[in-house]
Amino acid sequence: MRAGREAAIKKAFHLALGALFAAIASSLALAQDAAAAVAEDAAAASPRVDTGDTAWVLQAAGLVMLMTPGLAFFYGGLVRRKNVLSVLMQCIIILCIISLQWVLFGYSLAFGPDVAGVIGNLKWAALSGVGAAPNVDYAPTIPQNAFMIFQAMFAVITPALILGAFAERMRFGAFCLFSLMWATLIYDPICHSVWASGGFLKTLGVLDFAGGTVVHINAGLSALAAALFLGKRQGYPHAISPPHNLPFAVLGAGLLWFGWFGFNAGSALGASGLAASAFVATNTAGAAAGLAWAALDWRYNGKPTMFGVITGAVAGLAAVTPASGYIGVLPAIVIGVAASVFCFLAATIIKTRLGYDDSLDAFGVHGIGGIVGTLATGIFASKAINAAGDNGLIYGNPRLMLVQLAAVTATVLFAFFGTLFLMTVVNAVTRLRVTEHDERVGLDLTQHREAGYTLVD
Amino acid sequence: MEYVIAIIQPDRLDEVLDRLTKNEIHLVTVSSIMGRGRQKGIAEVYRSHKEAGSLLKKVKLEIAVNEAYVQPTIEAILAGARTGQIGDGKIFILDLKECVRIRTGETGGMAIG
Repeated sequence: MRAGREAAIKKAFHLALGALFAAIASSLALAQDAAAAVAEDAAAASPRVDTGDTAWVLQAAGLVMLMTPGLAFFYGGLVRRKNVLSVLMQCIIILCIISLQWVLFGYSLAFGPDVAGVIGNLKWAALSGVGAAPNVDYAPTIPQNAFMIFQAMFAVITPALILGAFAERMRFGAFCLFSLMWATLIYDPICHSVWASGGFLKTLGVLDFAGGTVVHINAGLSALAAALFLGKRQGYPHAISPPHNLPFAVLGAGLLWFGWFGFNAGSALGASGLAASAFVATNTAGAAAGLAWAALDWRYNGKPTMFGVITGAVAGLAAVTPASGYIGVLPAIVIGVAASVFCFLAATIIKTRLGYDDSLDAFGVHGIGGIVGTLATGIFASKAINAAGDNGLIYGNPRLMLVQLAAVTATVLFAFFGTLFLMTVVNAVTRLRVTEHDERVGLDLTQHREAGYTLVD
Repeated sequence: MEYVIAIIQPDRLDEVLDRLTKNEIHLVTVSSIMGRGRQKGIAEVYRSHKEAGSLLKKVKLEIAVNEAYVQPTIEAILAGARTGQIGDGKIFILDLKECVRIRTGETGGMAIG
């Protein structure tokens, strides 16, 4: 009996090994074909690829990648001790999931050949035809692969921004499913509409340099929908402890600010004067907003707070994102200050009045900041800064303001109702919210069987 | 044997430890704790949301002593921890039934010192 079983196992093992070798051999052959194709592309395109531009965009992609772990620490510091790992985990697992989604089909849906102005087709699935050759429509001086991986980091961080709204109460499996579906059904269409060739908002003439609509309004309004759908945390608002580790949050905000140079200046898609201009506008708006929030805190809450300054800085950086490639330094200051004023109102007065529990103010900071910035772009954009852009209201072009307003409205409606719909679907497939018991014990232990901190060494 | 528990202001810890050393009391356990008394807490503000802050940070000292050292211990704590303001803390003195030194198995007065 036993010998017979062993022989069967051996046979199965040999079969499996054979199949594995066959698979490897065939994929190697495929890889050789692919390598040859890429080399051909490169040869055809080499005169047009600019090494400086390519170096900058690849580095910028790295900078934007670092924003997701940065966001993890920003959010992680703001939750209670018992949930710190769950927030870090959600950010990092999104980096894993969406990186794969993007190369397999997300990039094709977002930037591939247009279907009806709202989505790409699947022609570029698994990066088919996307290689070392530049795509002249998107970035004519860098390999399309560089543009693709730069955009991948945007697709990663945007769903990560949302989780601030439902932190401390979502089941991990449901979260993974929701994030994958959100990236595919909400992010990819909005990204396509605003940035891709043939996208209907792009055709309309909307200016969104680095993602005011695509990233911030999109994530912010989805966050609001998610917070409303999931409901409040137990004990909200009075029995929720304050942030468990503000120094973590400051570290995270610092990494976000640093990464934002890749986000905005990288969106120039070249090592150019425009990149430098966007870099300056970004830093200026973040600084003005951090200072403005400190002043608001001082005036209305008695003392300037560290938490306030980093919140303001992130709001200002979010707001300047759509405008960064079209404005000079003075509008950047105005946008920064306006972002802090409106986000301060949203996070302190509106949230309290309406009573929704947006745990970490993903809507109050990114949603409001994105709206302020996208509309401000309609006011301050200048062709003197970026000839490829447009003039705004103060340069005598009211039409741009209307276009920006249309883009804001479209994004707000699609993100909000789309997310409500997705939440309903995911909740029907698998329960979204953790049990009352699990919420009390904390997500670190109940979702991951880990603890962020130990009592003894 | 007595067991002395003192709740003091965190910033008085170094002074109290110095005074205890001067009075030849070297064995002490210190923990960082939260507590409240007649002194009101300081409200904290997070994104404009005020936390009532009914608990304050305090330091707890626990000292097991033989009878002869009870008074010097109390004097050292009083001298080191008193500022004259509300919130200086309290000293509790309890009878201690037994004490065992883990390393040697000694008990009672021998184990305490």
